[in-house]
Amino acid sequence: MEVQVTVNGQSHSADCEPRTLLVHFIREQLGLTGTNIGCDTSSCGACTVHIDGESVKSCTMFAAQARGADITTIEGLAADDGTLHPMQQAFMECHGLQCGYCTPGMVMAATSLLSENPSPTETEVREGLEGNLCRCTGYHNIVKSVLAAAGGES
Amino acid sequence: MIPASFEYVEAASADAAIAALTEHGDEAKLLAGGHSLIPLMRFRLATPGVLVDIGRLDDLSYINDGGDHIAIGALTRHRALETSDMLAAEAPLLRHVASQVGDPQVRHRGTLGGSLAHGDPASDLPAALLAMGGSVVAKGPGGERVITADDFFTGFLETALGEDELLTEIRIPKAGGAGWSYQKFNRRAQDWAIVGAAVQLGANPGVALVNMGPAPMRAGGVEAAIASGSSAADAAAVAAAGTEPPVDLNGDEAYRAHLARVLVERGLIEAQT
Amino acid sequence: MSSVGTPMLRKEDPKLLTGEGKYVDDIQVAGQLWMGMVRSPYAHATINSVDASAAAEAPGVHAVYTATDLLGMGLWIGPLPCAWPVTPDMVNPPHFPVADGEVHHVGEIVAVVLADDRYRAADAAELVVVDYEPLPVVASVADAVADASMVHSSLESNKAYHWPLIPDPDALEAAFANATHHVDASFVQQRMIPSAMEPRGVLAVPSPHGGDITLYSATQVPHILKVMVAATTGIPESKIRVIAPAVGGGFGAKLNVNPDELLAVTLANKLGRPVRWTETRSEAAFSTHQGRGQNQRIELAADGDGKLLGVRVHLDADMGAYMMLITPGVPLLGSFLYTGVYAVPAFGFTCDGWFTNLTPTDAYRGAGRPEASYAIERAMDILASKVGIGPDEIRRRNYLAGGEHFENLDVPSTLTFDSGHYGPSLDRALELAGYGDLRAEQQARRDGGSTKQLGIGMCTYVEICGLAPSRALGGLGYGAGGWEHATVRMLPTGKVEVVSGSTPHGQGHETSWSQIVADKLGVDPADVEVLHSDTAISPLGLDTYGSRSLAVGGVAIANACDKVVEKAKLIAAHSMEASADDMEFDGGMFSVAGSPDKAMAIQEIAFGAFTAHDLPDGMEPNLQEQTTWDPPNFAFPFGTHVAVVEIDEDTGNVELQNYIAVDDCGVQVNPMIVAGQVHGGIAQGVGQALWEGANYDEDGNCTNPSFMDYLVPSPTEMPNFTLDFTVTPSTSNPLGVKGVGEAGTIGSAAAVINAVCDGLSPYGVTDIEMPATPQRVWRAIQDGKGGAS
Repeated sequence: MEVQVTVNGQSHSADCEPRTLLVHFIREQLGLTGTNIGCDTSSCGACTVHIDGESVKSCTMFAAQARGADITTIEGLAADDGTLHPMQQAFMECHGLQCGYCTPGMVMAATSLLSENPSPTETEVREGLEGNLCRCTGYHNIVKSVLAAAGGES
Repeated sequence: MIPASFEYVEAASADAAIAALTEHGDEAKLLAGGHSLIPLMRFRLATPGVLVDIGRLDDLSYINDGGDHIAIGALTRHRALETSDMLAAEAPLLRHVASQVGDPQVRHRGTLGGSLAHGDPASDLPAALLAMGGSVVAKGPGGERVITADDFFTGFLETALGEDELLTEIRIPKAGGAGWSYQKFNRRAQDWAIVGAAVQLGANPGVALVNMGPAPMRAGGVEAAIASGSSAADAAAVAAAGTEPPVDLNGDEAYRAHLARVLVERGLIEAQT
Repeated sequence: MSSVGTPMLRKEDPKLLTGEGKYVDDIQVAGQLWMGMVRSPYAHATINSVDASAAAEAPGVHAVYTATDLLGMGLWIGPLPCAWPVTPDMVNPPHFPVADGEVHHVGEIVAVVLADDRYRAADAAELVVVDYEPLPVVASVADAVADASMVHSSLESNKAYHWPLIPDPDALEAAFANATHHVDASFVQQRMIPSAMEPRGVLAVPSPHGGDITLYSATQVPHILKVMVAATTGIPESKIRVIAPAVGGGFGAKLNVNPDELLAVTLANKLGRPVRWTETRSEAAFSTHQGRGQNQRIELAADGDGKLLGVRVHLDADMGAYMMLITPGVPLLGSFLYTGVYAVPAFGFTCDGWFTNLTPTDAYRGAGRPEASYAIERAMDILASKVGIGPDEIRRRNYLAGGEHFENLDVPSTLTFDSGHYGPSLDRALELAGYGDLRAEQQARRDGGSTKQLGIGMCTYVEICGLAPSRALGGLGYGAGGWEHATVRMLPTGKVEVVSGSTPHGQGHETSWSQIVADKLGVDPADVEVLHSDTAISPLGLDTYGSRSLAVGGVAIANACDKVVEKAKLIAAHSMEASADDMEFDGGMFSVAGSPDKAMAIQEIAFGAFTAHDLPDGMEPNLQEQTTWDPPNFAFPFGTHVAVVEIDEDTGNVELQNYIAVDDCGVQVNPMIVAGQVHGGIAQGVGQALWEGANYDEDGNCTNPSFMDYLVPSPTEMPNFTLDFTVTPSTSNPLGVKGVGEAGTIGSAAAVINAVCDGLSPYGVTDIEMPATPQRVWRAIQDGKGGAS
């Protein structure tokens, strides 16, 4: 079936099977491999993208369900001139990533969180990221990064 | 993991969805947010031949004042529930329970109707519906019918919905300021409850349990005890009566029965204060 | 200005933060075929027949291969390698990528489908019909020890080896004979599913006409993999290029040579088409090795004051169904550490390795050392309660060198610890924890009848890093050396290219190595480019594991820099018409002693070395040096961790409230990265203590293979960590560095379980098995209450 989506401001159209998971569609049909796959049970959040501004796990959606949607992936966060998004910058400055594999999903979840709650407490950050797993950082610096991006004390 | 192939049908209206269900019979499954169904399909534990996508039926996404009850469209997402001012005032238990489902990403996509229709005893929202004495509206080829929560959950992943019926609306009696509590016990925030207890006091006190039997269930003994004026501790003592809790890595029957008593007591105390 | 010691932001980050980082699964090549693995649902069974006809005819399927097909194709000249035969008589049943005739663990590959994409590969794998005849299953070490049935039908016993380390048996005997206090404790190190966030993946790209093959793998060990692929397939090593692109965490799980890697290489080579595979998360419980899996018994002999007289340890170690790359050696990596940070006159260790019909075990963060640290640190708490003193006091009484600073100290397990200073580490950790106040609050809660008990646990660990002196590895029967190689070249433009044999997967080597080079050569760290993880670019190396990269690879880079400076100095002297002995080098400038007006930048010299217009007679052009560093000794980082838990008596839930870690990894290159390593390590050890563990039923089925059931800690379970450091330079290398990748994991499981047991002590609970799940804790409390009443 034909699936048309807008990803990072660009319209894309590609043919896929109805069973094609959105994350595979984004990665393989559209070639945007920044969105990662870390599990098969909707547990890890590595595949988090924004659909119409809200974080979702793209492994738990069929591409068919996203037809016509406005999708933002990690590739769409930094400015056109290469300037990192404040959340990306905060992750860099607070050492919120190590191997980087959970990072795109973590950053997308974090930006979605701040759009809903611009000044979260530490507890709210942890709860807001409860659907994202990281094996490298123990979350300490991820939480610090999100608080820093929110403009709070880090 | 990769789902098996299926035929995809997008329903343009509730009636179209019902027509598709009627046409395809037990081959067909409804797809709303997909957050109950797709995980099963990825492990090929569910292999429907036809998926009828009702995810775009925006007219089934609403939270309305129905007079003595709140009427909620079946496709209303958890996120809409947990941020609803109307629910904060009239059905705070449901609002809070919605905020405890899965994680933010899941709540952005998952729908109330989808969660209830899945009929998972480990799921949070069925317990809220039971404790609040809610009901659902099912629409089929022959029209609509209202099913009470008590009649709705019939077994493990089974509900009273017919093969050709679509759940369209959920009705929650206004809580009228009744005390409430939701006690969810799990090992990580994103996990399913090992055991949960939903409590709403008021004129018709309701206590429902999560993951204590094959289907979402009320703790009838506790409700009777409250009605007869028992203390929280005494009422909670019978929380596990008549339950058939599952046995898994997180808990055996005895532990779950104990947790049910602890959580119901905590819930009753919190609801009373 | 020095770069080493500063928290320089990571060079790796911009690409990883923007989705530009390319992991194996991100690399798409034209014409690729996907492997779909048909895996055994039985832990032990005879394969009567495999019918692949339906799968072969399925849409998009290129071929289906069984073991018979593959063996007939002559793809392998030998089985999968085990590089560590720990004893001459170690049993090592042959292990081929696809099971031939008999399967030995659930998930073992029985047939391979090649299809156009992963969807069709998954579909077709389901269509392969295998007729199994189930055989008796050895589903635990206890089953294995019973030896009632065999893991492999060809075996006569499930025991793979017996390995003793008893330097002085008579002294050990005497120590226990003379002991006032005797601790005899048994612990279970449950099997861990390593769970790097990036699943393993592989892509083999042949060049059918040139005869070369490029293997992309999510691996920690591209160099070792290259050698082993050559050794098992017969493809000349010179024809194999292994690339570890961005690798999403390893934790030991990616330091193996796996069936999928060999299948991809050989099938791609045979078919002349790229072949790939990426494991799914739930598949990883079968397709990637697991960690830990040891039953430990530790005995302490102590005098009346709690001073240790002897330590005796026996392990029954779970190998799983096969010996993978270093499976048998993992328990032995811990053997030398069962005396911990303590002065112990007599020591004895034995380990029996046992086969089971379970996924093979191998290295997992810490590999043998967390297990050792756990056993001795748990046992020390038990000893403290027998002696009637606090856990801090029992440690102080027994620290090596009385807790004072030492260097090059021989310990009874036959090693020489490079340096240590344990007392201040404990002092600082207790101070940061507010230990006195915590004990007061704990007592107040107990007195007040609170149902929320406070538990405080501590652990002073020591670990072995800087793997390894090659001679020491030879003595242990390991099949390779422990050196590391580095090349440092100054480019004509004054930039620096560093080629490293270590292979990062999240540790930030590009950053840390740049800092070392910047200081050594007096250049801007931004002008240093670090190349790694591609055997065509970095042909020599022994990769990244065992907290070795800095203490071995980093030292190699520093030494190569020194050689660059030496050569540059000769050129500078020649150019400035001065004696080399009069040359001074500081901040990237060569100058002549006493003539501050005469100076040359190292970049100028690099250009001069490139043009070679005016070099000293006989000197080779270019400014490039390489070194191989073989460390003379291991490095021994240490530290003290304190965990504070709150235990809900009613539910058994354990909440980690506070965690304090005071670590000493010697000299720090980048304190930001050091702290990050400690954070992650702590989380993994806490995970073992409270949440994680592969669970198996009696038929050998893993009942929690997915992330829904295997509970990797999430953000809501972790507290913020309080970190501090002491710095005791290592004597094992010129940088004074030790290593920090595993430290957090090595200290944390013991600290947390000590805290849980401390909190539960009013109920008479003295031990709790990991993971300390709410159900286990609640039951322990009930048993304790029952015993008390």
